[in-house]
Amino acid sequence: MGQLLLGLINGSFYAVLSLGLAVIFGLLNIINFSHGAQYMMGAFVAWMLLNYLGIGYWPALVLAPLIVGATGIVLEKVALSRLYKLDHLYGLLLTFGIALILQGLFRNYYGISGLPYQIPASLSGGQNLGFMFLPNYRAWIVVASVVVCFATWFMIEKTRLGAYLRAATENPALVGAFGINVPRMITLTYGFGVALAAFAGVLAAPIYAVNPNMGADLIIVVFAVVVIGGMGSIMGAIVTGYGLGLIEGLTRVFYPEGSAVVIFVIMAIVLLIKPEGLFGRAA
Amino acid sequence: MREAATLSETATPGGDALLSVSGLNGWYGESHVLHGVEFDVRPGEVVTLLGRNGAGKTSTLCAIMGLLGKRTGSVKFRGTETITLQPRHIARLGIGFCPEERGIFSSLNVEENLMLPPRIAEGGLTVERIYQLFPNLLERRRSQGTKLSGGEQQMLAIGRILRTGAKLLLLDEPTEGLAPVIVQQIGATIRELKKEGFTIVLVEQNLRFAASVADRHCVVEQGRVIDMIPNTELDNNIDKLHGYLGV
Repeated sequence: MGQLLLGLINGSFYAVLSLGLAVIFGLLNIINFSHGAQYMMGAFVAWMLLNYLGIGYWPALVLAPLIVGATGIVLEKVALSRLYKLDHLYGLLLTFGIALILQGLFRNYYGISGLPYQIPASLSGGQNLGFMFLPNYRAWIVVASVVVCFATWFMIEKTRLGAYLRAATENPALVGAFGINVPRMITLTYGFGVALAAFAGVLAAPIYAVNPNMGADLIIVVFAVVVIGGMGSIMGAIVTGYGLGLIEGLTRVFYPEGSAVVIFVIMAIVLLIKPEGLFGRAA
Repeated sequence: MREAATLSETATPGGDALLSVSGLNGWYGESHVLHGVEFDVRPGEVVTLLGRNGAGKTSTLCAIMGLLGKRTGSVKFRGTETITLQPRHIARLGIGFCPEERGIFSSLNVEENLMLPPRIAEGGLTVERIYQLFPNLLERRRSQGTKLSGGEQQMLAIGRILRTGAKLLLLDEPTEGLAPVIVQQIGATIRELKKEGFTIVLVEQNLRFAASVADRHCVVEQGRVIDMIPNTELDNNIDKLHGYLGV
Protein backbone atom coordinates (compact mmCIF):
# COMPACT_ATOMS: atom_id res chain seq x y z
CA MET A 1 0.00 0.00 0.00
CA GLY A 2 2.80 2.38 0.86
CA GLN A 3 4.35 1.85 -2.55
CA LEU A 4 1.02 2.45 -4.24
CA LEU A 5 0.69 5.74 -2.38
CA LEU A 6 4.21 6.67 -3.38
CA GLY A 7 3.26 5.80 -6.94
CA LEU A 8 0.19 7.99 -6.73
CA ILE A 9 2.30 10.88 -5.43
CA ASN A 10 4.84 10.48 -8.21
CA GLY A 11 1.89 10.25 -10.57
CA SER A 12 0.59 13.57 -9.22
CA PHE A 13 3.83 15.25 -10.22
CA TYR A 14 3.91 13.48 -13.58
CA ALA A 15 0.35 14.60 -14.25
CA VAL A 16 0.83 18.29 -13.39
CA LEU A 17 4.14 18.49 -15.24
CA SER A 18 3.05 16.63 -18.34
CA LEU A 19 -0.13 18.71 -18.37
CA GLY A 20 1.97 21.88 -18.53
CA LEU A 21 4.05 20.40 -21.34
CA ALA A 22 0.91 19.36 -23.21
CA VAL A 23 -0.66 22.81 -22.91
CA ILE A 24 2.51 24.46 -24.17
CA PHE A 25 3.07 22.01 -26.99
CA GLY A 26 -0.55 22.25 -28.11
CA LEU A 27 -0.50 25.96 -28.79
CA LEU A 28 3.17 26.82 -29.24
CA ASN A 29 4.38 23.67 -30.98
CA ILE A 30 7.42 23.90 -28.77
CA ILE A 31 8.73 21.03 -26.72
CA ASN A 32 9.55 22.87 -23.53
CA PHE A 33 12.76 21.27 -22.34
CA SER A 34 13.18 23.88 -19.64
CA HIS A 35 10.06 22.54 -17.92
CA GLY A 36 12.10 20.63 -15.35
CA ALA A 37 14.23 23.66 -14.59
CA GLN A 38 11.09 25.74 -14.17
CA TYR A 39 9.73 23.13 -11.75
CA MET A 40 13.01 23.40 -9.85
CA MET A 41 12.69 27.20 -9.88
CA GLY A 42 9.24 26.88 -8.32
CA ALA A 43 10.73 24.97 -5.40
CA PHE A 44 13.64 27.42 -5.10
CA VAL A 45 11.41 30.47 -5.22
CA ALA A 46 9.31 28.98 -2.41
CA TRP A 47 12.51 28.38 -0.44
CA MET A 48 13.75 31.94 -1.10
CA LEU A 49 10.40 33.47 -0.16
CA LEU A 50 10.60 31.66 3.15
CA ASN A 51 14.26 32.24 3.93
CA TYR A 52 14.73 35.77 2.59
CA LEU A 53 11.29 37.28 3.08
CA GLY A 54 9.68 35.09 5.69
CA ILE A 55 6.80 34.21 3.41
CA GLY A 56 5.43 30.79 4.22
CA TYR A 57 4.18 27.80 2.26
CA TRP A 58 0.60 28.85 1.51
CA PRO A 59 1.36 32.27 0.01
CA ALA A 60 4.31 30.67 -1.80
CA LEU A 61 1.98 28.16 -3.40
CA VAL A 62 0.40 31.11 -5.23
CA LEU A 63 3.35 33.50 -5.46
CA ALA A 64 6.02 31.12 -6.74
CA PRO A 65 3.97 30.02 -9.78
CA LEU A 66 3.18 33.69 -10.50
CA ILE A 67 6.84 34.69 -10.28
CA VAL A 68 8.16 31.76 -12.30
CA GLY A 69 5.27 32.14 -14.76
CA ALA A 70 6.31 35.77 -15.24
CA THR A 71 9.86 34.69 -16.09
CA GLY A 72 8.29 32.31 -18.60
CA ILE A 73 6.37 35.19 -20.15
CA VAL A 74 9.57 37.19 -20.50
CA LEU A 75 11.32 34.20 -22.04
CA GLU A 76 8.50 33.71 -24.54
CA LYS A 77 8.43 37.38 -25.50
CA VAL A 78 12.19 37.75 -25.82
CA ALA A 79 13.23 34.44 -27.31
CA LEU A 80 10.66 31.73 -28.04
CA SER A 81 8.37 33.96 -30.08
CA ARG A 82 11.12 34.29 -32.69
CA LEU A 83 11.22 30.55 -33.32
CA TYR A 84 7.63 29.64 -34.21
CA LYS A 85 8.23 29.70 -37.95
CA LEU A 86 11.23 27.39 -37.64
CA ASP A 87 11.49 23.67 -37.06
CA HIS A 88 10.52 22.16 -33.66
CA LEU A 89 14.18 21.45 -33.14
CA TYR A 90 15.09 25.09 -32.56
CA GLY A 91 12.59 25.49 -29.74
CA LEU A 92 13.84 22.27 -28.23
CA LEU A 93 17.45 23.39 -28.39
CA LEU A 94 16.71 26.82 -26.97
CA THR A 95 14.67 25.54 -24.05
CA PHE A 96 17.22 22.81 -23.39
CA GLY A 97 19.99 25.42 -23.27
CA ILE A 98 17.94 27.57 -20.94
CA ALA A 99 17.39 24.58 -18.65
CA LEU A 100 21.16 24.04 -18.47
CA ILE A 101 21.78 27.72 -17.74
CA LEU A 102 19.15 27.79 -14.98
CA GLN A 103 20.46 24.61 -13.37
CA GLY A 104 24.02 25.92 -13.59
CA LEU A 105 23.08 29.22 -12.00
CA PHE A 106 21.30 27.62 -9.08
CA ARG A 107 24.09 25.08 -8.65
CA ASN A 108 26.61 27.90 -8.54
CA TYR A 109 24.82 29.77 -5.77
CA TYR A 110 23.18 27.00 -3.78
CA GLY A 111 25.30 23.91 -4.36
CA ILE A 112 23.85 20.51 -5.09
CA SER A 113 23.35 19.17 -1.61
CA GLY A 114 19.75 20.24 -1.32
CA LEU A 115 18.07 22.76 0.93
CA PRO A 116 15.52 21.76 3.57
CA TYR A 117 11.94 23.04 3.35
CA GLN A 118 9.58 22.22 6.18
CA ILE A 119 6.14 20.75 5.69
CA PRO A 120 3.69 23.49 6.71
CA ALA A 121 2.48 23.01 10.28
CA SER A 122 -1.14 22.69 9.21
CA LEU A 123 -0.25 19.62 7.14
CA SER A 124 2.23 17.85 9.39
CA GLY A 125 1.32 14.57 11.02
CA GLY A 126 -0.88 12.00 9.37
CA GLN A 127 -3.85 9.65 9.58
CA ASN A 128 -3.77 6.05 10.62
CA LEU A 129 -6.04 4.35 8.12
CA GLY A 130 -5.74 0.97 9.84
CA PHE A 131 -3.93 -0.77 6.98
CA MET A 132 -1.41 2.05 6.54
CA PHE A 133 -0.21 5.40 7.82
CA LEU A 134 -1.12 8.30 5.52
CA PRO A 135 0.96 11.46 6.01
CA ASN A 136 -1.28 14.52 5.65
CA TYR A 137 1.12 16.31 3.36
CA ARG A 138 1.18 13.41 0.88
CA ALA A 139 -2.59 13.30 0.82
CA TRP A 140 -2.56 17.03 0.17
CA ILE A 141 -0.24 16.61 -2.82
CA VAL A 142 -2.67 14.19 -4.42
CA VAL A 143 -5.69 16.39 -3.70
CA ALA A 144 -3.97 19.57 -4.89
CA SER A 145 -2.75 18.00 -8.11
CA VAL A 146 -6.14 16.48 -8.90
CA VAL A 147 -7.83 19.84 -8.33
CA VAL A 148 -5.31 21.70 -10.49
CA CYS A 149 -5.47 19.12 -13.26
CA PHE A 150 -9.24 19.09 -13.28
CA ALA A 151 -9.44 22.89 -13.19
CA THR A 152 -7.03 23.14 -16.13
CA TRP A 153 -8.92 20.51 -18.09
CA PHE A 154 -12.20 22.29 -17.39
CA MET A 155 -10.80 25.65 -18.43
CA ILE A 156 -9.46 24.33 -21.71
CA GLU A 157 -12.30 22.00 -22.69
CA LYS A 158 -15.37 23.74 -21.30
CA THR A 159 -14.89 27.50 -21.22
CA ARG A 160 -14.88 30.22 -23.81
CA LEU A 161 -11.25 31.04 -23.13
CA GLY A 162 -10.46 27.38 -23.71
CA ALA A 163 -12.37 27.48 -26.99
CA TYR A 164 -10.10 30.30 -28.16
CA LEU A 165 -7.13 28.20 -27.16
CA ARG A 166 -8.30 25.08 -28.94
CA ALA A 167 -9.21 27.06 -32.04
CA ALA A 168 -5.84 28.81 -32.08
CA THR A 169 -4.13 25.42 -31.75
CA GLU A 170 -5.89 24.31 -34.93
CA ASN A 171 -5.74 27.43 -37.07
CA PRO A 172 -4.04 30.47 -35.52
CA ALA A 173 -4.26 32.56 -38.71
CA LEU A 174 -8.04 32.29 -38.89
CA VAL A 175 -8.49 32.98 -35.18
CA GLY A 176 -6.40 36.11 -35.71
CA ALA A 177 -8.61 37.06 -38.66
CA PHE A 178 -11.58 37.07 -36.26
CA GLY A 179 -9.91 39.83 -34.27
CA ILE A 180 -8.37 37.76 -31.48
CA ASN A 181 -4.87 38.61 -30.28
CA VAL A 182 -3.22 35.24 -30.83
CA PRO A 183 0.37 36.27 -29.98
CA ARG A 184 -0.75 37.48 -26.57
CA MET A 185 -2.68 34.27 -26.03
CA ILE A 186 0.45 32.26 -26.88
CA THR A 187 2.52 34.28 -24.41
CA LEU A 188 0.01 33.79 -21.61
CA THR A 189 -0.33 30.10 -22.39
CA TYR A 190 3.41 29.63 -22.06
CA GLY A 191 3.34 31.56 -18.79
CA PHE A 192 0.51 29.34 -17.58
CA GLY A 193 2.31 26.11 -18.51
CA VAL A 194 5.43 27.31 -16.74
CA ALA A 195 3.38 28.33 -13.70
CA LEU A 196 1.99 24.78 -13.56
CA ALA A 197 5.55 23.46 -13.43
CA ALA A 198 6.42 25.90 -10.65
CA PHE A 199 3.28 24.89 -8.74
CA ALA A 200 4.45 21.28 -8.86
CA GLY A 201 7.84 22.51 -7.68
CA VAL A 202 6.33 24.16 -4.59
CA LEU A 203 4.32 21.01 -3.87
CA ALA A 204 7.54 19.01 -4.11
CA ALA A 205 9.69 21.31 -1.99
CA PRO A 206 8.77 19.83 1.44
CA ILE A 207 9.14 16.17 0.42
CA TYR A 208 12.05 16.21 -2.01
CA ALA A 209 15.13 18.22 -1.13
CA VAL A 210 15.18 21.56 -2.95
CA ASN A 211 18.17 21.18 -5.25
CA PRO A 212 19.17 22.35 -8.72
CA ASN A 213 18.92 18.92 -10.31
CA MET A 214 15.51 17.95 -8.96
CA GLY A 215 13.86 18.91 -12.24
CA ALA A 216 16.42 17.30 -14.50
CA ASP A 217 15.88 13.94 -12.82
CA LEU A 218 12.12 14.12 -13.04
CA ILE A 219 11.66 15.65 -16.46
CA ILE A 220 13.05 12.68 -18.34
CA VAL A 221 10.29 10.51 -16.90
CA VAL A 222 7.72 13.23 -17.58
CA PHE A 223 8.72 13.33 -21.24
CA ALA A 224 8.19 9.60 -21.41
CA VAL A 225 4.74 10.15 -19.87
CA VAL A 226 3.94 12.78 -22.49
CA VAL A 227 5.05 10.50 -25.31
CA ILE A 228 2.89 7.67 -23.95
CA GLY A 229 -0.13 9.93 -23.43
CA GLY A 230 0.20 11.64 -26.79
CA MET A 231 1.73 15.03 -27.49
CA GLY A 232 -0.69 17.88 -26.93
CA SER A 233 -3.56 15.86 -25.45
CA ILE A 234 -4.80 17.40 -22.20
CA MET A 235 -6.76 14.46 -20.87
CA GLY A 236 -4.04 12.10 -22.10
CA ALA A 237 -1.40 13.92 -20.08
CA ILE A 238 -3.48 13.78 -16.89
CA VAL A 239 -4.60 10.17 -17.15
CA THR A 240 -1.22 8.79 -18.17
CA GLY A 241 0.47 10.88 -15.47
CA TYR A 242 -1.48 9.24 -12.65
CA GLY A 243 -1.64 5.86 -14.38
CA LEU A 244 2.09 5.57 -14.91
CA GLY A 245 2.80 6.74 -11.37
CA LEU A 246 0.67 3.87 -10.12
CA ILE A 247 2.22 1.37 -12.51
CA GLU A 248 5.64 2.46 -11.35
CA GLY A 249 4.55 1.99 -7.73
CA LEU A 250 3.14 -1.47 -8.45
CA THR A 251 6.32 -2.49 -10.22
CA ARG A 252 8.24 -1.46 -7.14
CA VAL A 253 6.17 -3.98 -5.17
CA PHE A 254 6.30 -6.91 -7.56
CA TYR A 255 9.58 -6.42 -9.38
CA PRO A 256 11.60 -3.69 -7.65
CA GLU A 257 14.54 -3.96 -10.07
CA GLY A 258 12.25 -2.94 -12.93
CA SER A 259 10.65 0.10 -11.35
CA ALA A 260 13.18 2.55 -12.75
CA VAL A 261 12.71 1.42 -16.33
CA VAL A 262 9.09 0.32 -16.50
CA ILE A 263 7.87 3.68 -17.84
CA PHE A 264 10.46 3.63 -20.59
CA VAL A 265 9.58 0.08 -21.52
CA ILE A 266 5.93 1.14 -21.81
CA MET A 267 7.03 4.13 -23.88
CA ALA A 268 8.90 1.89 -26.29
CA ILE A 269 5.89 -0.42 -26.64
CA VAL A 270 3.48 2.47 -27.18
CA LEU A 271 5.77 4.00 -29.78
CA LEU A 272 5.86 0.70 -31.64
CA ILE A 273 2.12 0.08 -31.55
CA LYS A 274 0.58 3.56 -31.50
CA PRO A 275 3.23 6.16 -32.32
CA GLU A 276 0.87 9.13 -31.79
CA GLY A 277 0.40 8.10 -28.13
CA LEU A 278 -2.56 6.58 -26.32
CA PHE A 279 -4.67 9.74 -26.45
CA GLY A 280 -2.90 11.54 -29.27
CA ARG A 281 -4.35 12.74 -32.51
CA ALA A 282 -2.86 10.99 -35.50
CA ALA A 283 -0.41 13.34 -37.14
CA MET B 1 -34.94 51.86 -58.60
CA ARG B 2 -32.38 51.67 -55.86
CA GLU B 3 -30.21 49.40 -57.95
CA ALA B 4 -30.30 51.79 -60.88
CA ALA B 5 -29.11 54.59 -58.63
CA THR B 6 -26.32 52.38 -57.37
CA LEU B 7 -25.21 51.67 -60.90
CA SER B 8 -24.94 55.27 -61.95
CA GLU B 9 -22.46 55.82 -59.16
CA THR B 10 -20.30 52.81 -59.87
CA ALA B 11 -17.70 54.78 -61.73
CA THR B 12 -16.81 57.15 -58.90
CA PRO B 13 -13.86 55.72 -57.03
CA GLY B 14 -13.29 56.17 -53.29
CA GLY B 15 -15.63 58.75 -51.84
CA ASP B 16 -18.53 56.99 -50.25
CA ALA B 17 -17.06 53.50 -50.69
CA LEU B 18 -17.13 51.21 -47.66
CA LEU B 19 -14.21 49.23 -49.02
CA SER B 20 -11.78 50.72 -51.47
CA VAL B 21 -9.02 48.59 -52.94
CA SER B 22 -6.43 50.16 -55.19
CA GLY B 23 -3.08 49.12 -56.56
CA LEU B 24 -3.15 46.02 -54.38
CA ASN B 25 -0.17 43.73 -54.91
CA GLY B 26 0.23 40.51 -52.99
CA TRP B 27 2.75 37.70 -52.55
CA TYR B 28 2.62 34.14 -51.27
CA GLY B 29 6.21 33.69 -50.23
CA GLU B 30 8.20 34.40 -53.38
CA SER B 31 5.35 34.18 -55.84
CA HIS B 32 3.70 37.43 -56.85
CA VAL B 33 -0.04 36.64 -57.09
CA LEU B 34 -1.83 40.01 -57.14
CA HIS B 35 -0.79 42.69 -59.62
CA GLY B 36 -2.63 45.87 -58.79
CA VAL B 37 -6.19 44.89 -57.88
CA GLU B 38 -8.66 47.81 -57.99
CA PHE B 39 -12.30 47.83 -56.95
CA ASP B 40 -14.72 49.62 -54.64
CA VAL B 41 -17.66 48.36 -52.65
CA ARG B 42 -20.34 50.72 -51.42
CA PRO B 43 -22.38 50.20 -48.26
CA GLY B 44 -25.16 47.67 -48.76
CA GLU B 45 -23.80 46.27 -52.01
CA VAL B 46 -23.17 42.65 -52.89
CA VAL B 47 -20.15 42.48 -55.19
CA THR B 48 -18.71 39.29 -56.62
CA LEU B 49 -15.21 38.50 -57.70
CA LEU B 50 -15.56 36.18 -60.65
CA GLY B 51 -12.78 34.41 -62.47
CA ARG B 52 -11.12 31.14 -63.30
CA ASN B 53 -9.24 28.97 -60.87
CA GLY B 54 -6.00 30.60 -59.87
CA ALA B 55 -7.04 34.05 -61.11
CA GLY B 56 -6.42 35.59 -57.70
CA LYS B 57 -9.94 35.82 -56.21
CA THR B 58 -9.17 34.05 -52.96
CA SER B 59 -5.81 35.81 -52.73
CA THR B 60 -7.63 39.12 -53.04
CA LEU B 61 -9.87 38.32 -50.06
CA CYS B 62 -6.89 37.07 -48.06
CA ALA B 63 -4.96 40.21 -48.94
CA ILE B 64 -7.85 42.38 -47.76
CA MET B 65 -7.75 40.51 -44.43
CA GLY B 66 -3.97 40.86 -44.24
CA LEU B 67 -3.49 37.10 -44.44
CA LEU B 68 -1.09 37.04 -47.40
CA GLY B 69 2.60 36.96 -46.59
CA LYS B 70 3.18 40.40 -48.06
CA ARG B 71 0.97 43.05 -49.61
CA THR B 72 1.39 46.58 -50.93
CA GLY B 73 -0.96 49.19 -52.34
CA SER B 74 -4.03 50.45 -50.57
CA VAL B 75 -7.01 48.82 -48.87
CA LYS B 76 -9.23 51.40 -47.23
CA PHE B 77 -12.15 50.40 -45.04
CA ARG B 78 -14.49 53.24 -44.06
CA GLY B 79 -11.68 55.58 -45.08
CA THR B 80 -9.11 53.91 -42.80
CA GLU B 81 -5.96 52.66 -44.52
CA THR B 82 -5.38 49.04 -43.45
CA ILE B 83 -2.38 48.06 -45.55
CA THR B 84 0.02 48.06 -42.60
CA LEU B 85 -2.37 46.53 -40.05
CA GLN B 86 -2.34 43.01 -38.59
CA PRO B 87 -5.30 40.74 -39.48
CA ARG B 88 -6.76 41.03 -35.98
CA HIS B 89 -6.84 44.83 -36.21
CA ILE B 90 -8.38 44.68 -39.67
CA ALA B 91 -11.08 42.34 -38.35
CA ARG B 92 -11.79 44.72 -35.50
CA LEU B 93 -12.56 47.54 -37.91
CA GLY B 94 -15.66 45.54 -38.81
CA ILE B 95 -14.82 42.92 -41.43
CA GLY B 96 -16.02 39.32 -41.14
CA PHE B 97 -14.15 36.63 -43.07
CA CYS B 98 -15.48 33.28 -44.22
CA PRO B 99 -12.60 31.33 -45.77
CA GLU B 100 -12.81 28.99 -48.73
CA GLU B 101 -12.04 25.90 -46.66
CA ARG B 102 -14.70 27.16 -44.20
CA GLY B 103 -12.36 26.94 -41.25
CA ILE B 104 -14.65 25.02 -38.90
CA PHE B 105 -12.70 23.98 -35.82
CA SER B 106 -12.85 20.25 -35.15
CA SER B 107 -12.02 20.56 -31.45
CA LEU B 108 -15.01 22.89 -30.93
CA ASN B 109 -18.66 21.95 -31.05
CA VAL B 110 -21.11 23.83 -33.26
CA GLU B 111 -22.11 26.34 -30.61
CA GLU B 112 -18.50 26.99 -29.62
CA ASN B 113 -17.64 27.56 -33.28
CA LEU B 114 -20.57 29.93 -33.57
CA MET B 115 -19.60 31.87 -30.46
CA LEU B 116 -15.87 31.97 -31.22
CA PRO B 117 -15.42 35.25 -33.12
CA PRO B 118 -15.57 38.03 -30.54
CA ARG B 119 -18.05 40.89 -30.82
CA ILE B 120 -16.28 43.80 -32.45
CA ALA B 121 -19.16 46.25 -32.79
CA GLU B 122 -22.77 46.81 -31.88
CA GLY B 123 -25.51 45.63 -34.18
CA GLY B 124 -24.58 42.03 -34.90
CA LEU B 125 -27.34 39.46 -35.27
CA THR B 126 -28.51 37.71 -32.14
CA VAL B 127 -27.79 34.02 -31.74
CA GLU B 128 -31.56 33.38 -31.94
CA ARG B 129 -31.70 35.16 -35.30
CA ILE B 130 -28.76 33.13 -36.61
CA TYR B 131 -30.43 29.89 -35.51
CA GLN B 132 -33.59 31.14 -37.21
CA LEU B 133 -31.64 31.66 -40.45
CA PHE B 134 -29.98 28.26 -40.11
CA PRO B 135 -32.28 25.94 -38.11
CA ASN B 136 -29.96 22.96 -38.76
CA LEU B 137 -27.31 24.57 -36.58
CA LEU B 138 -29.67 24.76 -33.61
CA GLU B 139 -30.50 21.08 -33.89
CA ARG B 140 -26.86 20.11 -34.05
CA ARG B 141 -25.37 22.67 -31.71
CA ARG B 142 -23.74 20.06 -29.48
CA SER B 143 -22.12 18.18 -32.37
CA GLN B 144 -18.46 18.44 -33.18
CA GLY B 145 -18.04 21.23 -35.74
CA THR B 146 -16.50 19.08 -38.42
CA LYS B 147 -19.14 16.34 -38.06
CA LEU B 148 -21.62 18.58 -39.88
CA SER B 149 -22.40 18.13 -43.57
CA GLY B 150 -20.63 20.42 -46.01
CA GLY B 151 -23.69 22.63 -46.31
CA GLU B 152 -24.14 22.89 -42.55
CA GLN B 153 -20.46 23.73 -42.13
CA GLN B 154 -20.87 26.50 -44.67
CA MET B 155 -23.88 27.85 -42.78
CA LEU B 156 -21.86 27.73 -39.58
CA ALA B 157 -18.95 29.53 -41.21
CA ILE B 158 -21.29 32.30 -42.41
CA GLY B 159 -23.39 32.31 -39.25
CA ARG B 160 -20.53 32.88 -36.88
CA ILE B 161 -19.45 36.13 -38.54
CA LEU B 162 -22.97 37.57 -38.41
CA ARG B 163 -22.90 37.78 -34.62
CA THR B 164 -19.84 39.97 -34.38
CA GLY B 165 -21.22 43.28 -35.60
CA ALA B 166 -19.03 43.19 -38.72
CA LYS B 167 -20.82 45.03 -41.51
CA LEU B 168 -18.63 43.88 -44.37
CA LEU B 169 -18.59 40.14 -45.04
CA LEU B 170 -15.98 38.48 -47.21
CA LEU B 171 -17.35 35.13 -48.38
CA ASP B 172 -15.03 32.83 -50.30
CA GLU B 173 -16.94 30.43 -52.57
CA PRO B 174 -19.76 29.63 -50.15
CA THR B 175 -21.42 27.34 -52.72
CA GLU B 176 -18.42 25.25 -53.63
CA GLY B 177 -19.20 21.55 -53.68
CA LEU B 178 -22.73 21.91 -52.28
CA ALA B 179 -25.99 20.40 -53.50
CA PRO B 180 -28.29 22.69 -55.54
CA VAL B 181 -30.91 22.88 -52.81
CA ILE B 182 -28.29 24.06 -50.29
CA VAL B 183 -26.92 26.54 -52.82
CA GLN B 184 -30.43 28.00 -53.12
CA GLN B 185 -30.70 28.25 -49.37
CA ILE B 186 -27.39 30.09 -49.14
CA GLY B 187 -28.50 32.39 -51.97
CA ALA B 188 -31.68 33.21 -50.04
CA THR B 189 -29.61 33.88 -46.94
CA ILE B 190 -27.30 36.26 -48.77
CA ARG B 191 -30.29 38.22 -50.13
CA GLU B 192 -31.72 38.31 -46.61
CA LEU B 193 -28.42 39.62 -45.24
CA LYS B 194 -28.32 42.30 -47.90
CA LYS B 195 -31.77 43.41 -46.77
CA GLU B 196 -30.48 43.60 -43.22
CA GLY B 197 -27.84 46.03 -44.39
CA PHE B 198 -24.75 43.83 -44.69
CA THR B 199 -22.23 44.60 -47.41
CA ILE B 200 -20.84 41.49 -49.03
CA VAL B 201 -17.86 40.64 -51.21
CA LEU B 202 -18.39 37.21 -52.67
CA VAL B 203 -15.85 35.07 -54.48
CA GLU B 204 -17.67 32.81 -56.95
CA GLN B 205 -17.14 30.53 -59.90
CA ASN B 206 -20.82 29.74 -60.25
CA LEU B 207 -22.10 32.49 -62.55
CA ARG B 208 -25.77 31.63 -62.18
CA PHE B 209 -25.53 31.79 -58.41
CA ALA B 210 -23.56 35.05 -58.58
CA ALA B 211 -26.22 36.58 -60.83
CA SER B 212 -28.95 35.64 -58.38
CA VAL B 213 -27.47 37.59 -55.46
CA ALA B 214 -25.10 40.31 -56.65
CA ASP B 215 -25.31 43.95 -57.69
CA ARG B 216 -22.04 43.97 -59.59
CA HIS B 217 -19.43 41.51 -60.79
CA CYS B 218 -15.72 42.20 -60.86
CA VAL B 219 -13.88 39.92 -63.23
CA VAL B 220 -10.49 38.84 -61.91
CA GLU B 221 -7.76 37.55 -64.19
CA GLN B 222 -4.06 37.10 -63.54
CA GLY B 223 -4.14 38.97 -60.28
CA ARG B 224 -6.08 42.06 -61.35
CA VAL B 225 -9.67 43.17 -61.93
CA ILE B 226 -10.02 43.40 -65.68
CA ASP B 227 -13.71 44.23 -66.02
CA MET B 228 -16.74 45.24 -64.01
CA ILE B 229 -20.23 44.26 -65.07
CA PRO B 230 -23.37 45.47 -63.29
CA ASN B 231 -25.78 42.62 -62.70
CA THR B 232 -28.50 44.43 -64.70
CA GLU B 233 -26.26 44.39 -67.76
CA LEU B 234 -25.34 40.78 -67.36
CA ASP B 235 -27.44 39.56 -70.28
CA ASN B 236 -25.74 41.93 -72.72
CA ASN B 237 -22.33 40.82 -71.55
CA ILE B 238 -22.94 37.13 -71.14
CA ASP B 239 -20.74 36.06 -74.07
CA LYS B 240 -17.90 38.24 -72.89
CA LEU B 241 -18.25 36.79 -69.38
CA HIS B 242 -18.28 33.23 -70.65
CA GLY B 243 -15.09 34.10 -72.47
CA TYR B 244 -13.50 35.36 -69.25
CA LEU B 245 -14.56 32.35 -67.29
CA GLY B 246 -13.72 29.91 -70.04
CA VAL B 247 -17.14 28.28 -69.85
